[in-house]
Amino acid sequence: MMQEITFDVTIIGAGPAGLAAALAADKAGAKTLLIEREARLGGILKQCIHDGFGLVRFGEKLSGPEYAERYIEQLPNSNVTVLTLSFVSEIHRDQNDSILTVITREGIQQIRTRALIFATGCRERTSRQIGVQGHHCAGVFTAGTAQYYTNILGKLPTKRCVVLGSGDIGLIMARRLTLEGAEVVGVYEAKPTPSGLTRNVSQCLWDFEIPLHTSKTVTRVFGDARLTAVEIASVDARIRPIAGTEEIIPCDALILSVGLIPENELAESIGVPIDAKTKGAVVDEQNETMLRGVFACGNALHVNDLVDYVSESGEIAGKAAARQDRKSRGLIPVECDNSLLYVVPQRICRNAEELERIFFFRSTRDMDNASLTITKNGITLYTKKYAHLRPPEMERLPLLLKPEQITGNEPLRFHLEES
Amino acid sequence: MINTVAPSQTKDIVCIICPNGCRIHCEQTQAGVQYSGQKCKRGVEYATAELSHPMRTLTTSVKTVFPEAPVISVRTDGEIEKAKLIDVAKALAKVIVNQRVKIGDIIAQNVCGTGVNIICTSDRLVHHY
Repeated sequence: MMQEITFDVTIIGAGPAGLAAALAADKAGAKTLLIEREARLGGILKQCIHDGFGLVRFGEKLSGPEYAERYIEQLPNSNVTVLTLSFVSEIHRDQNDSILTVITREGIQQIRTRALIFATGCRERTSRQIGVQGHHCAGVFTAGTAQYYTNILGKLPTKRCVVLGSGDIGLIMARRLTLEGAEVVGVYEAKPTPSGLTRNVSQCLWDFEIPLHTSKTVTRVFGDARLTAVEIASVDARIRPIAGTEEIIPCDALILSVGLIPENELAESIGVPIDAKTKGAVVDEQNETMLRGVFACGNALHVNDLVDYVSESGEIAGKAAARQDRKSRGLIPVECDNSLLYVVPQRICRNAEELERIFFFRSTRDMDNASLTITKNGITLYTKKYAHLRPPEMERLPLLLKPEQITGNEPLRFHLEES
Repeated sequence: MINTVAPSQTKDIVCIICPNGCRIHCEQTQAGVQYSGQKCKRGVEYATAELSHPMRTLTTSVKTVFPEAPVISVRTDGEIEKAKLIDVAKALAKVIVNQRVKIGDIIAQNVCGTGVNIICTSDRLVHHY
């Protein structure tokens, strides 16, 4: 009979969200377990050696490893149990508890936990998911893989490359590869505007005179053992290649930065409802999912621009998970129309003790002088003006909602309008 | 350094100081350069520097002799001229770390005569996890 170990709070994933969640749960007095499948803590921050992390939380421009260390260094002074090189292979529910099967260096362990927090991060979209087909040659990398080769293994994956997609990691890798002596021919973006933060377009591309080509995409790749060239074509408004615009660019690598998707296979395996817009769990303002005692935070919940907010979301989940509060939540839906890409959280608790809720949203398109309106039962609860809104730039909105403003089951509705 | 935009010209600068990424509109007037669009005064400081002597922090990696971490991440402990980024990166390609350095340890002093040091930004060589 396998021994079953019991914890109050178990966190899967020791990146920035999981580290913050574990420390917050521990601080609140919970017997806490942090499970990480890699040998080292810190998640993706380990390979994000560029700076800019921590401006919001620490008022400093830290590199990823430095930011992670601010949390990792607190662990020895906490009571958090840390399991590295440990992989959660299966979860099942027993009443309100979760039972985890964990493959560790010592063998398979059974963990029973009152509260479970998914801090599993996100994954990069691959060439298969964007329709670059038919390649069997080496030399097609996601930006994150190229980053791992360069920053962790110390191996430069390319001498001359094309970057497809203008997500932040792609922009950062364009600069990184340039600094290491590789030639970045250009960054190609199928959409008419860049996907990454404006400041990254500025400091990663403009600083190094790396061209950014919008409304262009890669239509074919060439090469047998190794990539030798890619074909680029202009695309129309519906992202379909325009015949006759093709050009061939010789290169030895294609670096993809074409989006991130929250990783939720484990959460889905126990029936956690997922939001089709965020691809993360549906949660309330405490980051508790629709399953009681199951939480989600960080990039597993929705893809964030800033690690500072990832840590914040982990702290919210860790603190709430430690509270083990199972009284009725009185959930009210939070909805948005098609002027917003999404709003998180997707529910708020009518019975919450804290009146302040933190919302995150993205606009569907670039907007100038936009106004946000939040209504319930046709009554406007809140309005705010924004000089600029861009889909790549997530907005954080702390909002004080009094109990009398959120009576009844009618949804809270978010709407953006340009004036 | 003279801090100007060409007469009757304008320039838009994206501030990289914080995630807001303010688009700062710089316009040469008779009273000097006028700035608009920034959410805070750091934006004015950044745009002013950007018009005369753009400065950047460099983050990169250097080789080590340790197999478990063949490279270690580093950065400048202050800003250097933007024009020197590539030169400094090239100089650091020749550095090999042979001590178990930790966050904040100096890897190279006064790199390329910039007056700034290169410091380690990772505890990979000293942590077991």
